Amino acid sequence: MSSSVPPLSTEAHPMTDRTDLDKAAPTPEPSATPAATADGATVFDVDDLSVYYGDFRAVRDVKLDIKEHEVTAFIGPSGCGKTTVLRCFNRMNDLIEIARVEGDLRYHGVDLYDPKVNPVEVRRRIGMVFQKPNPFPKSIYDNVAYGPRTAGIAKKGAALDEIVERSLRQAALWDEVKDRLKASGLGLSGGQQQRLCIARALATNPEVILMDEPCSALDPIATGRIEDLMEEIKAQYTIVIVTHNMQQAARVSDRCAFFTTEVNETSDTRTGLLVEFDATETMFSNPSDERTESYVTGRFG
Amino acid sequence: MSIVPTEITADVVAARLRGEKADISGKVFRYLLLSCLGLVLATLIALLWNVGSVGIPYLSERGVGDFLSRYTSQRAEIAGVYQALMGTIQMGVIIIVVAFPLGVATALYLEEYASDNLFTRAIEVVIRNLAGVPAIVYGLLGAALFARGGLEPLTGRESLLSAGLTLSILVLPIVVITSAEAIRAVPKSLREGGFGAGATRWEVIRTLVLPNALPGILTGTILGLARGLGEAAPLLLIGAKRYFGGGELGDLRGDFTSLPHIISVWTKLPSAQGWPDNTAAAIVVTLVVILGINAVGIVLRNKFEKTR
Repeated sequence: MSSSVPPLSTEAHPMTDRTDLDKAAPTPEPSATPAATADGATVFDVDDLSVYYGDFRAVRDVKLDIKEHEVTAFIGPSGCGKTTVLRCFNRMNDLIEIARVEGDLRYHGVDLYDPKVNPVEVRRRIGMVFQKPNPFPKSIYDNVAYGPRTAGIAKKGAALDEIVERSLRQAALWDEVKDRLKASGLGLSGGQQQRLCIARALATNPEVILMDEPCSALDPIATGRIEDLMEEIKAQYTIVIVTHNMQQAARVSDRCAFFTTEVNETSDTRTGLLVEFDATETMFSNPSDERTESYVTGRFG
Repeated sequence: MSIVPTEITADVVAARLRGEKADISGKVFRYLLLSCLGLVLATLIALLWNVGSVGIPYLSERGVGDFLSRYTSQRAEIAGVYQALMGTIQMGVIIIVVAFPLGVATALYLEEYASDNLFTRAIEVVIRNLAGVPAIVYGLLGAALFARGGLEPLTGRESLLSAGLTLSILVLPIVVITSAEAIRAVPKSLREGGFGAGATRWEVIRTLVLPNALPGILTGTILGLARGLGEAAPLLLIGAKRYFGGGELGDLRGDFTSLPHIISVWTKLPSAQGWPDNTAAAIVVTLVVILGINAVGIVLRNKFEKTR
């Protein structure tokens, strides 16, 4: 499965290939068949997805697919539903009572919103990092051990120690905290806290990491660290990131989805929609939709 | 505020910045608040002095041990608060055993499980109102339910157990309200972190919500406990006794009294026989007990705040 990950230096080549393929299509919609693209298997297949809060339709017409070992970025102005869509992927929207999802959202072909699907199991396979670092008011060790403990992967002892160390190393935090694992996670700096949250998400050994504006509360140095980290771990994980920072999307993502909002005709509300989904390079250099172009060039949003 | 334009020089700036631009209303308000605080403190000190100046000399003259170990009596000089103290302590235990788990469980259900609909909101309003219902009404309920209702075989009619259960019901709304508020104050981001890490709802509640809400829950429970133990009126309706034998520790189905009740009884007795001294001493004992409960609560709260 790691064969699909292009080495850093040759990153541009598979991308250009894909770009050509996509350009040939009349619309920027991603191809539904994984075989059409040269790279990895499809992890998520989203088709005609809408999310409602009560009667209000917050997002509509989302059609995209997430490939394994890629970083997929969601960009767009505030209120366009990027986060809402992201939260469908691990069923975090279940926690909002009035939220309702319509359409097709498949994870390895399995309908995630099938009533038989257990959302707890979904969240163990699809981890999440939140906008604001939210370490638990527990020790650094217990923060990382939280997922494995609740999932019953390892309760204590050497096995758990190993998971904690591996996760902290992957999150590039091990060297900074290895001597104070028993100290509170709240005593870390903002950037460290966010990496702790990433370690916590990695500890259950998920396949996908969802990141909801993970750097919005961090300074540029901490942001750089987390971006490097994403680059490193994408060989093992699939990453979906929501970001307000277009440079960040350009730097870290392989493919990019642009969302925007439209005022509804019948009421004064706004509904988000997916405008374009393509290779990041195409999105930033040669987007097919002019709304995308004006957004990435900074003319609106 | 002057609207005449002035040249900006160091002198002008200094004059403006240092000037006695008196915030009159702010100062008035501040001293108003301060005087309110003074009034409250003065009342409290007057009460304490009034009771302490009589009760403490009496206690030291008779001996604290003697006063605490004597039974109720017709004669002031040998009347003690042993049964009342035992009653109050045991009622406190019953309240903690009954009202604390019930109240916390109710609050958890309302906050974490129940959907936010008209029914839930109606329940919340009712609980809030119940917290304001006069204690004597709870006494009537307890008398009907525990002392004279179908639960007699269990409670043994007008017993300590009936009284404790009645006070538990009285305290329950307070525990529910404060626990619900403490649970609501647990940050949403913490819950999301738990769910995001693949925890079930119960795991999130057990490992994140409860430990973080516990200090608040404890505070509420202690406040409720102090309120419940301070009530005398409902106990009159449950049949608290003036003079009786028994009232030993563990005699849940026997006759009972409590510190507030014995105070209310003694207050009505002739002052020429020395009852005011006994009353004052009993009030001092009650204050110490309530302060002790609050102290335990504060210690527990600090302990849980540190470990979280």
